[in-house]
Amino acid sequence: MTTFALPIPKRPTHPTGILNWITTIDHKKIGVLYGVTAFILFLTGGIEALLIRMQLAAPGMDFVSPEIYNQLFTMHGTTMIFLAIMPMGAAFFNYLIPLQIGARDVAFPRLNAFSYWTFLAGAIMLKSSWFLGGAPNAGWFGYAPITEIAYNPGHGIDFWILSLQVLGIASLAAAFNFIVTIINLRAPGMTLMRLPVFTWMTLITSILLVLAFPVITVALIELMFDRFYGMNFFNPVRGGNPVLWQHLFWVFGHPEVYILILPAMGLVSEIIPTFSKKPLFGYPVVIFSGIVIGFMGWMVWSHHMFTVGLGAVANSIFAITTMLIAVPTGVKIFNWIATMWKGSIDFNKTAMLYSIGFIFLFIIGGLSGVMHSSAASDAQQQDTYFIVAHIHYVLFGGAIMALLGGVYFYFPKITGKLMDESLGKINFWLTFIGMNLTFFPMHFSGMDGMPRRIYTYTSEMGWDLWNLISTFGVFIMGAGILIFVLNIVYSYLRGKESGNDPWDARTIEWAIPSPTPEYNFKKIPLIHSVDAFWEFKRNGTPIEPASGASENSEDEKNIHLPQPSYWPMVVSIGIMLAAYGMIFGLPISILGTIIGFIGVYAWSLEPVNEPEQH
Amino acid sequence: MNCKKIFNKFLSKNPFVLFILLIVSLFTSISCVSTNPQSTFDTYGPVAQSQLVLFYWILAAAIFVFTAMTIILIYTVYKFRRKSGDLIPEQIHGNTKLEIAWTIVPCIILAIIAVPTIFTIFDNTNSPDTSSNSVTVDVYAHQWFWEFKYDDPNNETEKITVANEMHIPVGKVININLYSDDVIHSFWVPKLAGKVDLMPGNNNKMWLQADKEGEYLGQCAEFCGVAHALMKFRVIAESQENYDKWLSDQSKEAIVSIEPQALEGKEIFESREAGCWSCHTIRGSARSKGKTGPDLTHIGSRSHIAAGVVENTQQNMAKWIENPNSIKPGTLMATNGQVYTDPDKKLTGPEVSALVAYLRTLK
Amino acid sequence: MKTENIKHEENEHSYTGLNSKKLLMWAFLGSDCMFFAALIATYLVNMGNNPPGTPFPEDVFSIPITTVSTFVLLMSSMSMVLSYASLSQNKIKAFRVWLLSTVILGATFVGFQIFEFYEFSHHEVKVECGDLIDASKREKLTDLQVKIGDEKCIEGVKKVSEKVPLTPQVNLFGSTFFTLTGFHGGHVTFGIIWLLSLLIYSFKGNVSPLNLDLAALYWHFVDVVWIVIFTVVYLFGVFPGY
Repeated sequence: MTTFALPIPKRPTHPTGILNWITTIDHKKIGVLYGVTAFILFLTGGIEALLIRMQLAAPGMDFVSPEIYNQLFTMHGTTMIFLAIMPMGAAFFNYLIPLQIGARDVAFPRLNAFSYWTFLAGAIMLKSSWFLGGAPNAGWFGYAPITEIAYNPGHGIDFWILSLQVLGIASLAAAFNFIVTIINLRAPGMTLMRLPVFTWMTLITSILLVLAFPVITVALIELMFDRFYGMNFFNPVRGGNPVLWQHLFWVFGHPEVYILILPAMGLVSEIIPTFSKKPLFGYPVVIFSGIVIGFMGWMVWSHHMFTVGLGAVANSIFAITTMLIAVPTGVKIFNWIATMWKGSIDFNKTAMLYSIGFIFLFIIGGLSGVMHSSAASDAQQQDTYFIVAHIHYVLFGGAIMALLGGVYFYFPKITGKLMDESLGKINFWLTFIGMNLTFFPMHFSGMDGMPRRIYTYTSEMGWDLWNLISTFGVFIMGAGILIFVLNIVYSYLRGKESGNDPWDARTIEWAIPSPTPEYNFKKIPLIHSVDAFWEFKRNGTPIEPASGASENSEDEKNIHLPQPSYWPMVVSIGIMLAAYGMIFGLPISILGTIIGFIGVYAWSLEPVNEPEQH
Repeated sequence: MNCKKIFNKFLSKNPFVLFILLIVSLFTSISCVSTNPQSTFDTYGPVAQSQLVLFYWILAAAIFVFTAMTIILIYTVYKFRRKSGDLIPEQIHGNTKLEIAWTIVPCIILAIIAVPTIFTIFDNTNSPDTSSNSVTVDVYAHQWFWEFKYDDPNNETEKITVANEMHIPVGKVININLYSDDVIHSFWVPKLAGKVDLMPGNNNKMWLQADKEGEYLGQCAEFCGVAHALMKFRVIAESQENYDKWLSDQSKEAIVSIEPQALEGKEIFESREAGCWSCHTIRGSARSKGKTGPDLTHIGSRSHIAAGVVENTQQNMAKWIENPNSIKPGTLMATNGQVYTDPDKKLTGPEVSALVAYLRTLK
Repeated sequence: MKTENIKHEENEHSYTGLNSKKLLMWAFLGSDCMFFAALIATYLVNMGNNPPGTPFPEDVFSIPITTVSTFVLLMSSMSMVLSYASLSQNKIKAFRVWLLSTVILGATFVGFQIFEFYEFSHHEVKVECGDLIDASKREKLTDLQVKIGDEKCIEGVKKVSEKVPLTPQVNLFGSTFFTLTGFHGGHVTFGIIWLLSLLIYSFKGNVSPLNLDLAALYWHFVDVVWIVIFTVVYLFGVFPGY
């Protein structure tokens, strides 16, 4: 039994500075880490988009080579979806969920840190492909067989496969964590129908993640086996079936779309009632439609494959299901508008501007989505710039707009300072106008026959004007984002003190001090209604400490918090090395596996809390 | 005038509304006039026509919904904007009747677009005419060019292979079988029909018909690698006589020219050093039977070369043969051809001229 | 200190009264369900696409052997239940015995699987040449047997046999079969390591019923997955009429 004698280092107690951030398992710090990392990656994805638009500014441009161009659009798509929007959502999950449900932390704080570090490992791995022999170049959905070794002998696709697997581990770990947290760690009295809408959407998103990610994991494993070990899954010469890749990818890919948009809808459902001073109209309906969207998201995947030749019957069925999924989405929009109706709408707050912008742009994106649902007319739109316009209206106009609004809304809770509203308005209008200038003309160029993913075109096709406007718009949008960065930095340094509750908000996270203390709630509250804090402020329904919650104490020093740990990051490093080793040689993999095992071993045996605390 | 009043009263104060109206009118006006070479608004066949009609139908519904919702949204935001002295508004939690209403109304709108959608899906999938009156073309997509195979009118067992230019008789149903041997491509002639993918291992079928003579541009619509953007083709719809004449011309073996430079070119083409023959077929030649590149039997009769990228002129042909990458970066001819990969075997100027002369005689 | 920890984890605040770790386990199993569902779907989709002349399921499977190994795995689930029952009654010795037998049964199953993989990759196809002529008997031969027989049975030869290895590379059946059952075997192996570490831990400290319960949940899940694989891959593969 010598193994048990192995020393497990003590948990780092109160380190400061960088070590504090590396070992932290505080959900708020992890949330900030997620947010900052995702935003930096969002900027890199934006730069990739900028280069794409430069190349397409005019016909016959020679700004980048076709090989680089193919890598650019693949990396842009993969980055924005897996490294920007998903983790930005995760940043909000991390920061807000324990606050919204009245908990001290998530259910598994170390697993949470592990999610972040594994996400970072996957991000580093994907982005490092630029410097290690070329980025992936087959589009973000990597249709086999162009990803097979025969057509793509470089390492780009290997990086893509392996980093997506690593990111999958991170997303799954986070999703497990949030499901358990939301189900189990709610404050007393917070029934499911008293949960804030954002928490509800997080729960649905997490369930979607848990069920969708294994499917792409299998698809990626199969592709990896094809590439590394010469198997035949997607190799048509040996009877393999490329259509299977598309099915597996989109069975994951369509729920993934809702994974991206539901958190945004959740944020908007928090912001609009606050700035209208009215409760969310039809709270149960909004939640139920979220559940319906999550459920029906599994029945529509083949609308990405209308031109694959699945037959008239299959196409008709998926056309109908796709149209039907527009209904719960529309219901949500109606409910948001009804929330504002007869309210007192504070149009001067950037967060609210973003939310209204979100509704407007999401209407456009939703309607072009309904257009695609008609399989017959989609045959003209599939794989053209019309689709590019649609995806950007829902993901930029939808997800990103809401997430930026969310940053304006929750910045005071995180830093204790208000973001500058004048800069905020410039930021919003530039982004909004730039976004429309960039993506609206794409509807026209698409209907004019411009396929997506082409690196060049000739003047005779008549696409010059639309492309020029798009390229022009992207610079305006870029300027808007730049001002956002400025605003964050400026407000962090010089922003006005916000106080606990700058917006007269409704949910309990605003009842505690800003910036949030490490232990969140001094006393775990007892919840009586949906908008508990609002009820407290207006009707005097007290947010009293839950009786019998043993952790409650008058003295904050007695609040027990889980302590920092080195091991989540160690395990993540192990996973990253193991993945790199698949490309650069077995020894690195073995080293990574050993490091990972040491990490897991130490993780499982380190004490929950330092004994001297008692 | 009433309109002016409305404009002055409401629109001038709301640049936002103006902006939206502008976009809507822009979309409708521009969409009606676009006659660009690949415009889906300028249709010349029943398939594309039905898809366009369906599109307009849905667009009308979408514009209706969009306008209605935007007006409601803007009105709400404007009407209920916060004014000084606002009291706390009434805390309304919902309204069941409204919820039911706005669940049912979208369903009705969707039903209106679903019915024609399904009819059109079936119409466009099932060919209306598979009799001998129709024409069948087998389309093979390759990285990065197109091959079209026709039944030989004189010989039932043979197929006539042409590349990158597909001739069809006007007013007839063309049944198309789609094959791919490498990666996924997509066959798309916007003015004639929406796209259908060419899946390796699963062949697809589609049909189209051109109602007017003319040249219709098409392009690969599924990302297929480096030269995806330069994988174009043309569909040439012509009268039945012209089509029959073209087909019988194409069915012939290659012309043997007596011009000395062309003969020299033929020799180079079939030489071990150049090795052109190992990829290209020229029917009638004893040696040139390669299958990986496009069929060149009648290349002189085509209007464009390099998968519809440049016009078929002497200069372009010379440029193409000398350095294919300069016209189509990534082309497999430059990647695999020994005259391009092996510096010792590089073609000299006179050799290129001779090859051009030979290929241009292949009318 | 150890006992304190256990107390701590069992008294953890929980809204539903469910233990958080157990909930995590259920979420994980839900996710794993989709993982195997996707693998099995791949197998089903590819069933008909095997190139002729390569090993098909009916060529390589031996249902009796796999039935035995399936039985062994099912028995391991039973001993798992007994082990848990003993632990909750605080019968530590019985708990250890049953846990050990679960490990041994699981390891036996993995052994069967390794044996099977080895057999398949050294697969021998035998043909009675006489059967080739008799039409009614010929019908019962697999395509591979007919192919080998047609090639090898010349006049005067009574029996031929040829090595036709099934490898992940040789055909789609190989790719899907080895990937699917390989991942299942990996799951079982992981479970064995987990149970073993619990067994060792039981000598050192205390294994709480919760810890064993988590492992047991996982173990039963892996067993159930095997039932599906056995039905879909083995039985459907050999009796294509189903």
